[in-house]
Amino acid sequence: MSSDETTKTETTVETAPSASPKRHRPVLVQMETPNLVPERDLGKMPVLQAEHLGIDFGGLTAVDDFNIAMGRTEISGLIGPNGAGKTTIFNLLTNVYKPTRGTILLDGYDTAGKSVVEVNKMGIARTFQNIRLFNKMTVEENVLVGFGNSMSTHLLTDVFRLPKHWKQEAEFHDKAMDLLGIFNMQGLAQERAGNLPYGAQRRLEILRALATNPKVLLLDEPAAGMNPAETEELMENIEKIRDDFQIAILLIEHDMNFVMGICEVIGVLDYGRIIAKGTPEEIQNDPKVIEAYLGKQGVK
Amino acid sequence: MTASKATTAQAGTPAASGYRSLSMPMRYLINAILVVVFLVVGELMIDGGVVSRYQTGVIEQIGIYIILAVSLNIATGYLGQLPLGHAGFMSVGGYSCAIFIMRMMDVVGVTARDFVTGSPAAVGLFVIGIIFGGVCAAICGLIIGVPALRLKGDYLAIITLGFAEIIRVVMQNIDGVLGFTLTGGAKGLTGIPSYTNFLNTFIVVAISLFLIHTMMKSRHGRAILSIRDNEIAAESCGVNTTYYKTLAFVASAFFAGVAGGLYAGCIGVMAPAKFGFMKSIEILVMVVLGGMGSMLGSVISATVLTILPEALRAVSDYRMVVYAVVLILVMIFRPEGLLGDYDFSMSRVIERIMNHGKRPEDFAPATTPAVEAVATAVASGAPSATTEKDTGKEASTHE
Repeated sequence: MSSDETTKTETTVETAPSASPKRHRPVLVQMETPNLVPERDLGKMPVLQAEHLGIDFGGLTAVDDFNIAMGRTEISGLIGPNGAGKTTIFNLLTNVYKPTRGTILLDGYDTAGKSVVEVNKMGIARTFQNIRLFNKMTVEENVLVGFGNSMSTHLLTDVFRLPKHWKQEAEFHDKAMDLLGIFNMQGLAQERAGNLPYGAQRRLEILRALATNPKVLLLDEPAAGMNPAETEELMENIEKIRDDFQIAILLIEHDMNFVMGICEVIGVLDYGRIIAKGTPEEIQNDPKVIEAYLGKQGVK
Repeated sequence: MTASKATTAQAGTPAASGYRSLSMPMRYLINAILVVVFLVVGELMIDGGVVSRYQTGVIEQIGIYIILAVSLNIATGYLGQLPLGHAGFMSVGGYSCAIFIMRMMDVVGVTARDFVTGSPAAVGLFVIGIIFGGVCAAICGLIIGVPALRLKGDYLAIITLGFAEIIRVVMQNIDGVLGFTLTGGAKGLTGIPSYTNFLNTFIVVAISLFLIHTMMKSRHGRAILSIRDNEIAAESCGVNTTYYKTLAFVASAFFAGVAGGLYAGCIGVMAPAKFGFMKSIEILVMVVLGGMGSMLGSVISATVLTILPEALRAVSDYRMVVYAVVLILVMIFRPEGLLGDYDFSMSRVIERIMNHGKRPEDFAPATTPAVEAVATAVASGAPSATTEKDTGKEASTHE
């Protein structure tokens, strides 16, 4: 088992303010590791920044000193053994959990004190590890719920079926179909989401998240339960989504071929701390990562 | 034969799928015609004396219970909560509508007879009164909904039950507090003109169902349904759950108030004792029996459960037993209700006839072979390789 000394990362220069329980106020700091952002995003402000993020559940520190700076069109991955705190980080970034310490800046704006809905409107969308679709609604309706915040008709306009209602419904029907086209799912539009096969449900969840017009997309195990051919297709599609929508994507995944194949930057999490961060090649050869996955015996 | 073939070919060309569908105005037109036909037939039967006065009264009650069941369905079937205070909103709507109409009659100069003959002033007063009743109930719904919707499940049921009792007790005692006669206290509000008849009940029912339908088939309705299906996911998709829960609750209360207004005019006497716990349960049973989330289900079960006690009057000693047995049987064999969440669509039926009984799926997909390949691959037990690898890896970690 790794002790605190071994888990301390090189990437954090200053000491984490883990001693003070108060959340410190927003400060736009240039991240210590700008070289980790893909070259094309270098000049721009990172779309998502987290500084010294941490959360305690009672006495247990689930996540500690988590730092990230994501380029605007970066695809990065978060890996780590089970229970390392990966999903907890997603929950922190989307404000499902209130961080005990640390700051999250989305496009330069602090998300502290915002509700889950507000954070989504600010530009973070996510999928879930255990699929959470609107099972009794159709595939198209699922996507349309995601579009909800882009739609503007007043309740009475909708209820009395004024012309504006029809115009908007038609417009967003087309948009939904375009979106479903990414995964060639137009034919399933009127199917109930709960009746879809597992892989299609995962894809639909990604589309629903995309419909909310995010700047950052958080994918929690997008390839879980997919066969190698589907995983391959998903990798291409995720890159296509990044290129078409110009968004940053952070994903959690256990499938190493997937992570190594698609991510430009990978962070390895163990016991709630980032133990290594780098390109796929660096991560594969990092002794600390090998230790976290295989135990001390694995290291020569 | 030949003519129909020709039209099929013509209609099929633009979509390249061959499936013939109805345009939206056409769908509304068909439904509107059906409603009018229904209305005219009903009115003729009553005028012609085919339907007796007593039966007309029962039909009016059916209409009132249809509105009640469908409005409760917004909160239970569509929003997925379990409020037990629907009778409370009904009584608020009933009292406020009846009091409003009774007080305004002198001001406007409408007599009780005018409601029967249907003078323009009386019709206007009726419309305003019904809306007034609905709005009063909706305000109550807002006041109750804001705190109550922070809770879920049993807790919400109990708190709404409590509020409904509060409303009942307020109706009973408010005269003493105010110092003048408003609700008539425990002996009830009497002398309500019978402003409810088959014609206006039917129109109000049709409009209510239309409005609830259009609300649910819009972005607002989708948001409400998404909360029922998965609240956490709805929040993460930017659905303001507090707002939409309250909206559904208030809409539910509004239509209950409208039904209450009709009820007051139908019965002629409002007494607080009528709006106890059992009334709420009665409405809830209709919704559960018909199928939560199905408008047609609510309509059918409201109809059946209003007729049943009347039809069983001959064996009135046993009717509660029959009622209970029916409920138990339904809950055992169809726990999701008679219709589940199936909803009937007239235009879908017509489209199916137009397409000679083929299903839309036979035409629809402009599916590329790739999609089908993926679909079949997924369907035929895909999650094998990756998951196994995962579990293997998980087992080896940390040790």
